[in-house]
Amino acid sequence: MRAQAMAERAMAMALEARAAAGEALPGIEAHAAAAEPFLLLFTIFVLACFVGYHVVWSVTPALHSPLMGVTNAISSVIVVGAMLATGLGESWIAQAFGFLAVTLAAVNIFGGFLVTRRMLAMFQRKG
Amino acid sequence: MAHTLSTLAYLVASILFILALKGLSHPRTSRRGNIMGMVGMAIAIVATLAQPGMRVGGIGLIIAGLAIGGTIGAVVANRIQMTALPQLVAAFHSLVGLAAVFVAAAALYAPTSFGIGTPGNIHAQSLVEMSLGLAIGAVTFSGSVIAFAKLAGRMSGAPILFKGQHPLNAALGVVLVLLIATFVATGGPAWLFWIIAILSFALGFLLIIPIGGADMPVVVSMLNSYSGWAAAGIGFTIGNLLLIVTGALVGASGAILSYIMCKGMNRSILNVLLGGFGADAGGAASAGAGAGGPARPVKSGSPEDAAYIMKNAGKVIIVPGYGMAVAQAQQVVREMADLLKKEGATVEYAIHPVAGRMPGHMNVLLAEANVPYDDVHELEEINPEFAEADVAYVIGANDVTNPAAKTDKSSAIYGMPILEVERAKTVFFVKRGMASGYAGVENELFFRDNTMMLFGDAKKVTQQIVQALQK
Repeated sequence: MRAQAMAERAMAMALEARAAAGEALPGIEAHAAAAEPFLLLFTIFVLACFVGYHVVWSVTPALHSPLMGVTNAISSVIVVGAMLATGLGESWIAQAFGFLAVTLAAVNIFGGFLVTRRMLAMFQRKG
Repeated sequence: MAHTLSTLAYLVASILFILALKGLSHPRTSRRGNIMGMVGMAIAIVATLAQPGMRVGGIGLIIAGLAIGGTIGAVVANRIQMTALPQLVAAFHSLVGLAAVFVAAAALYAPTSFGIGTPGNIHAQSLVEMSLGLAIGAVTFSGSVIAFAKLAGRMSGAPILFKGQHPLNAALGVVLVLLIATFVATGGPAWLFWIIAILSFALGFLLIIPIGGADMPVVVSMLNSYSGWAAAGIGFTIGNLLLIVTGALVGASGAILSYIMCKGMNRSILNVLLGGFGADAGGAASAGAGAGGPARPVKSGSPEDAAYIMKNAGKVIIVPGYGMAVAQAQQVVREMADLLKKEGATVEYAIHPVAGRMPGHMNVLLAEANVPYDDVHELEEINPEFAEADVAYVIGANDVTNPAAKTDKSSAIYGMPILEVERAKTVFFVKRGMASGYAGVENELFFRDNTMMLFGDAKKVTQQIVQALQK
């Protein structure tokens, strides 16, 4: 427990130090540190949009309802963020919101995949 | 090390999600695709549980949440009737939206969990991303709740219009942008976070109420897209690649579906979103009828007449619409088709892109009734075949068959691609009465010489035809 508390304090101090460094050196280093990860994430985001665009156009119109079911289920991957908030337990408010979000997303994950499975099974019988 | 492992696991999950969508290019590969999606989700969840720093109590809460939500989701998914799919999907979208709002709130109260700063001292860039995820999530939530209520018949499907609606929405949008700017500039105070949330809820509500029931395929697709962008916004906030990639995939998917639906109606997305479609035209049409315009003659027949003609037909094309779903007539339609096939006729189904209340709605209902996948055709594929058909059996569709879309420039539906049923030798039109369709436009087809109206409930009329065919 004590080790963890110390680690947390060290983390907080490191963050403060970074913020202070940012103030001391406006411009170059702090700026670069903030911008680069964002640009990287943004690049991946744009590429993923392209992948999504091409993959979805190849979906046959007959399966557009199952497509909505699947996309609905996978968009609940937001559960990852909810789990981190709940599991790391930095504050009880965050934990409460995290828990609610985990529950809501779980409804979607199970509901989305299972209802899609039901739909697809119907297409399968005589497909 | 642990971090590298979880990042790799997220990459695997992203790829599995892409393959899940790719599997839907054909029914044969679709089930495997769905399983890949499930595996991807399982990997993402396990990798997150294995993150360093997870506390035992927290893990307990997570598992409880997964169990509660999972049970509800599984029960609902297994019990829902296929005709109720559109409202189920709308309800699911609302949950993604609300989950996004909650995760944004969690990030606000525990920023150190996500490495975006300390409470009260969150990086400006993260605040921008957080408030975008929050606003999109909140709009998705309240918009989907309204879409659900309209689709489930909990509120009227008619457009709700009032004076100054669009200026109000625009003003609300501007205020939201200003509030987000203030939120970022003042370091992210919690009270401002919740004001943004409330105004976004209001905006989602106001955006969807003017949109009528038959435009719901566009709305559902659009909210599908929003739920993806909300997930991506949260992904940027907490710096998670899997959320960003998946959000982009879902966002793109919903956007493409919205585009396809709009094209199917020859309307712009803006025209759909501004709403009110059919409200004015409907008023004008009924006013015209009230003024005592001469009633034009239509031919109507009995199910027995229809059965007699169909029995001697070589080729029958069935055109289902939302009315078939409402009457739950898909099963009996397939029975009719089976009997006709026994008589030696070829039977095919023609599906308009916007038939039903969500993309692909009719295909699912026909699949549920065991209609072979190869008998079901899209608009471009089937239109040339109507000229060779002896019978077109239109059940619960109206506007999508109206020839006025091709000829009458003043019509509200001018330019909309239609199923050219009028080219068949005989058109049977199953309909409760002479009311106009959603667009409020009278269907030219009713008055054609080769059209016979079969008045009554779609299911009952078809059942009577089945009985007559069995004799």
